[in-house]
Amino acid sequence: MDIVVCVKQVPDTNEVKIDPEEGTLIREGVPSIINPEDKNGIEEALKLKEEFGGTVTVLSMGPPQAEKALKEALAMGADEAILLSDKAFAGSDTLATSYILSCAIEQLDDFDMIFCGRQAIDGDTAQVGSQIAENLGIPQVTYVEDVKVEDNTVEVKRRLEDGYSVLETSLPVLLTVLGEVNEPRYPSIKGIVDAHSGETEVKKWGANKLGDVDQSKFGLSGSPTQVHDTFVPTHEKKAEILSGTPEEKAHKLIDKLKEEKVVSK
Amino acid sequence: MDFELTDQQKMIKKVVSDFAEKEVEPIAAEIDETCEFPYENVEKMGEAHMLGIPVPQEYGGAGADTLSYAITVEELSKACGTHGIICSAHTSLACDPLVKYGTKEQKEKYLKPLAKGELLGAYALTEPNAGTDAASQKTTAKLDGDEYVLNGNKIFITNAGAADVFIVFAMTDKSKGTRGISGFIVEADTPGFTLGKKEDKMGINASDTRELIFDDCRVPKENLLGEEGKGFKIAMGTLDGGRIGVAAQALGIAQRALDETVQYVKEREQFNRAISKFQNTQFKIAEMETKIQAARSLVYQAAFAKDQGGSFSKEAAMAKYYASDVAMEVTREAIQLHGGYGYMKEYPIERLFRDAKITEIYEGTTEVQKMVIGGSLLR
Ligand SMILES: Cc1cc2nc3c(=O)[nH]c(=O)nc-3n(C[C@H](O)[C@H](O)[C@H](O)COP(=O)(O)OP(=O)(O)OC[C@H]3O[C@@H](n4cnc5c(N)ncnc54)[C@H](O)[C@@H]3O)c2cc1C
Ligand SMILES: Cc1cc2nc3c(=O)[nH]c(=O)nc-3n(C[C@H](O)[C@H](O)[C@H](O)COP(=O)(O)OP(=O)(O)OC[C@H]3O[C@@H](n4cnc5c(N)ncnc54)[C@H](O)[C@@H]3O)c2cc1C
Repeated sequence: MDIVVCVKQVPDTNEVKIDPEEGTLIREGVPSIINPEDKNGIEEALKLKEEFGGTVTVLSMGPPQAEKALKEALAMGADEAILLSDKAFAGSDTLATSYILSCAIEQLDDFDMIFCGRQAIDGDTAQVGSQIAENLGIPQVTYVEDVKVEDNTVEVKRRLEDGYSVLETSLPVLLTVLGEVNEPRYPSIKGIVDAHSGETEVKKWGANKLGDVDQSKFGLSGSPTQVHDTFVPTHEKKAEILSGTPEEKAHKLIDKLKEEKVVSK
Repeated sequence: MDFELTDQQKMIKKVVSDFAEKEVEPIAAEIDETCEFPYENVEKMGEAHMLGIPVPQEYGGAGADTLSYAITVEELSKACGTHGIICSAHTSLACDPLVKYGTKEQKEKYLKPLAKGELLGAYALTEPNAGTDAASQKTTAKLDGDEYVLNGNKIFITNAGAADVFIVFAMTDKSKGTRGISGFIVEADTPGFTLGKKEDKMGINASDTRELIFDDCRVPKENLLGEEGKGFKIAMGTLDGGRIGVAAQALGIAQRALDETVQYVKEREQFNRAISKFQNTQFKIAEMETKIQAARSLVYQAAFAKDQGGSFSKEAAMAKYYASDVAMEVTREAIQLHGGYGYMKEYPIERLFRDAKITEIYEGTTEVQKMVIGGSLLR
């Protein structure tokens, strides 16, 4: 069972403070962590490896500092870690990010499964996993909370809003997992030592490692998303007392509701 | 000179701190009450390689430095002093002498599984009448054929009820005084070796402290640790390392007491303002913080010195003496700043206070540390 896990390094939102003036996240000095659900992805991959043998390769696109997240993944027990880092990747939105990750996965030897987290706690779009599966033309199941592999099929429990469904699919497959899927192990101290002593290593891939692909789909040029504004929604409570006879009040209320587009004309 | 932790040390600190927060903190108050040894967590610590941190990888350890080990004990002790000493006694007092004096076979048979956390270790020097005066050992070991026969009692042995392997000291030749003491590796299930009942203590309640009773306990000759007659030197050298662990335990306890206090004084209001607004509170907090940082410097320095290969007895003694003193003072002042609430079991402060006291006693009392420090200057 050869498994790829996509991990994103994210700011530890428990430690993030919001700039009260700008309404933006203060990222400076905030420790970075592996996106929590990606840790669940790593754990699930390691468990399957322990059961069926094979390898676990961890992949991340990000700035050079993201190497730290990959070292942690190695310390958890991943066999290989690749950091995709290049100026050409800068400014990638989710479409470009998943394209780059897909290109990298195609450079790897065969794989049986890909794990992603359901969503990253900073970007929060939950798009990257699905887009990778589409790019690679393989089946995908999102919101996975339980995985069972037998022969060449996978049975997964997929969380729905009001229950769950059980699905069966063939390999290879991409799964995006929820925190409920398992309890990630702690990186071992020996693993941490190995990752820092050169015993295990984070490979660094630039754009030139991704083969003959359409580089205009990387970075800003490959990112159709336009961010016009970011803001923290304010919750204002306003109360207005309508006056008049009951009939007048009813008319005023209808007008207000139309004005606020709560009801249509 | 660089006071920054390395990336490796930072990651180890973060992982242990996460572990302490998620696995240790939730049970700390409970096991203080029930006195139950935290078997499950000790197993998890073994899996994460937290029980052989400074042991070289070839002997099953993590192969990290002594500072990483000290940081680990510190982080564990922030949540629970018991977890701190379980890790420390196992690592410093059982694994370390095997690294230093164990034969190839002993390392293979005992050190490897100990360092991987598959087995738990303990260290037995103290006897009813040999405490500070550790040289007056009454336990004897007589060679009989291929075995040493041990007779006598050890008391106050940390990890005793949970340990698989004990490093035990005994007199092989009374006429030679300290040069007649030898070290042995004794397996828990050796016939003739039994445990007394669990001691009822003031603090570190869940650490399983017991008497060891040796009654014609036959230990194979191969389990002699180091040379015959070198036991006292091994015992003392081992305690030098252990003191770094105890100092780190004291440091963790003190830091936690301060962290709790900083939070509390900002929330507690008297005379219509937070008690943190009183200058006395601010001064107390300043004293606590400064002393803790000073203690940390001594502890980290001692850990660093151990890895340099030379003597580090004085550094370890200073670290333990000062850090344990700071732990007592800080926990006492922390209760004071919590007022009556600090005296209640609902808050963790009174447990920290009870746990702090032991750091002034075991692995050489504060007086012993002063003897070591003074002795090194006045030699
Ligand atoms: C509107 C918008 C504009 C953006 N603009 C920019 C920009 O200008 N510059 C910029 O640098 N970034 C930008 N980003 C962030 C960038 O798009 C994200 O890093 C990336 O697309 C991941 O999206 P997400 O955080 O929503 O992840 P999700 O889709 O929520 O993540 C799901 C899973 O996909 C995997 N995954 C996600 N990202 C990575 C990764 N980088 N490496 C490996 N695996 C991964 C993980 O397994 C993760 O759990 C933008 C994001 C948005 C939403
Ligand atoms: C919870 C706990 C766990 C322990 N774990 C272990 C363990 O795992 N292994 C082990 O071998 N032992 C262990 N011990 C024993 C511990 O190391 C001893 O208790 C300690 O060394 C003190 O010895 P003592 O209790 O006999 O006190 P004593 O030696 O009787 O000391 C009493 C007082 O006299 C002072 N004193 C003694 N001699 C002098 C002197 N020459 N000059 C000045 N003052 C002096 C001491 O400092 C102390 O204040 C443990 C003890 C406790 C309480």
